[in-house]
Amino acid sequence: MTAQTPNSFRNQPDERGHFGQFGGRYVAETLMPLILDLETEYRKAKADPAFQAEFDDLLEHYVGRPSPLYFAPRLTEELGGAQVWFKRDELNHTGAHKINNCIGQILLAMRMGKTRIIAETGAGQHGVATATVCARFGLPCVIYMGATDVERQQPNVFRMKLLGAEVIPVQAGAKTLKDAMNEALRDWVANVHDTFYIIGTAAGPHPYPELVRDFQSVIGREARAQMLSRTGRLPDVLVAAIGGGSNAIGLFHPFLDDPSVKMLGVEAAGYGLDKDHAASLAGGRPGILHGNKTYLLQDADGQIIEGHSISAGLDYPGIGPEHAWLKENGRVDYTSVTDVEALAAFQLLCRTEGIIPALEPAHAIAAVQKIAPTMPKDAIILANLCGRGDKDIFTVAGHLGVTL
Amino acid sequence: MSARLTAAFAKGHPALVCFVTAGDPTPAATPAILDALVEGGADVIELGMPFTDPMADGPAIQAANLRALGAGTTTADILAIASGFRARHPDVALVLMGYANPMTVRGADWFADAAAGAGVDGVICVDIPPEEDAELGPALRARGISPIRLATPTTDAARLPAVLDGSSGFLYYVSVAGITGKQSAALTSIEEAVARFKLTADLPIAVGFGVRTPEQAGPIARVADGVVVGSAIVDLVAAHGAAAAGPVRALVAELAHAVHHARSVAA
Repeated sequence: MTAQTPNSFRNQPDERGHFGQFGGRYVAETLMPLILDLETEYRKAKADPAFQAEFDDLLEHYVGRPSPLYFAPRLTEELGGAQVWFKRDELNHTGAHKINNCIGQILLAMRMGKTRIIAETGAGQHGVATATVCARFGLPCVIYMGATDVERQQPNVFRMKLLGAEVIPVQAGAKTLKDAMNEALRDWVANVHDTFYIIGTAAGPHPYPELVRDFQSVIGREARAQMLSRTGRLPDVLVAAIGGGSNAIGLFHPFLDDPSVKMLGVEAAGYGLDKDHAASLAGGRPGILHGNKTYLLQDADGQIIEGHSISAGLDYPGIGPEHAWLKENGRVDYTSVTDVEALAAFQLLCRTEGIIPALEPAHAIAAVQKIAPTMPKDAIILANLCGRGDKDIFTVAGHLGVTL
Repeated sequence: MSARLTAAFAKGHPALVCFVTAGDPTPAATPAILDALVEGGADVIELGMPFTDPMADGPAIQAANLRALGAGTTTADILAIASGFRARHPDVALVLMGYANPMTVRGADWFADAAAGAGVDGVICVDIPPEEDAELGPALRARGISPIRLATPTTDAARLPAVLDGSSGFLYYVSVAGITGKQSAALTSIEEAVARFKLTADLPIAVGFGVRTPEQAGPIARVADGVVVGSAIVDLVAAHGAAAAGPVRALVAELAHAVHHARSVAA
């Protein structure tokens, strides 16, 4: 018998950064030496107990981990089926899971001797988390944000500025997240000698999808241990919203080799899959963008199509490459939820549990709303509550016809 | 590798490589602009394939990409522009330059067949480094099309052999770590880089990024095998639209004079 686990889903990517046919390093030559350096340095950091200890210490004392695992009794009763549990990553410092990754990456940046941080942001959550860690460690920070998003997300723009970041509105293209990412890549190409790019999701060129996943996997590792300790068993289904997919891969990855645990990733169906949406897996095809091969919203000529979602954090025309791989091998199921369904789920959680979720996890809650009633009462659903909804109250008020 | 590319760098003088974006301002306007490049004296034509997300390009070429896509330019249009060019100019080297997704969306074999059929001599794909060569390189080489790679100030001696492996035509030296059309590099750093690459590369070396004027192009041509000019030409297309052929021809003629005679002028 071989000691290897022949069917592990947890040993990706391969040494070239590929998850099956997905992932890889599709970047301009200027960035290649840096990407290779980053990979070497990440391997060393991963094996260095001092790096891990500093990461763990910051997560505990600065971020506030472990986040609670919470049984939602009134939501469970209302849905009338499986028990619904939440991993409360919205209780982290800065109000979302994004900070986990930013802590890890800024420690890597300092280890590599980089003295300037850049990042892209859509809704502003990753920008706020990046500005936060830059303030914490005293590094200058430049955030690229589409001009359209700057207009829509003024409170987060102000937060970033309070934290000392320079926010640069991107006028190129459609002036949203993908254009912000293009502009961050342009900055990086021009400043490789001193600059570290903190990518916000589990996408981009290798090793980003791997390292973002590893930093976010604290979510799943904690949840798995908490669930075992609270109930003596593993959950039946994990549910998480997917834009780029970092909160979902962070929850899923530690469970991938538990065959009894099913997983459901929830994309944003926007106005509907036959209209404008941001569901790359449901409505896209494999292609190459922003350094990796993955499912993309694109036309017949390979031109990228803008995503739409009520949630600015899900509004991206691609998805992390590991999700593309997990879809193709069938380990994870993927579904999608419309703006209207997410808005209803947002209100449902407010009303039943006294928790205002971000619009991103509202998509996961809408999926829970659909599957819980079809499952027996002793079944367990664990959903990732990856962000709090304070940032979204203006958007929600607008959709409900309320003027603030 | 393409005979036309070999010939372009074997004329007894440095080569002028000129870039324009296909379909800018419209697909119908591009052939006259390409003809103006040839009439002005360009030795190699780089025809840019517009992409929605041109990550390595500065504002001038980003805007050209958006104008071309806004005019409805498709991959079929670009291939038709290439075929028409080949019919009018049987001997002038033609290279497609762009990003991976439009080139690979129908499969590498489809693209390589189409490019070969259109008389294309080489392909520069900005975001396929040697590590991902399998994505496009084998399909191009099988049809005699040169994969042309980029080297940059960050490409060190240890990495250069990987960059050269499987490439042909010429080596495109991106003289600044940055995007197209921005600042230009100091001549001494270009000279050092070209000398360094010459130790390993037996391909001609063309230098680009940030080269806009005859005054810049001439000195670079003294130390390199070719000079690439893009954004300055694209700026003229932006300013003159479908009437750009005249101004483009005039600028390219000045550039060609500076490049072709660089080595016969006292330094």
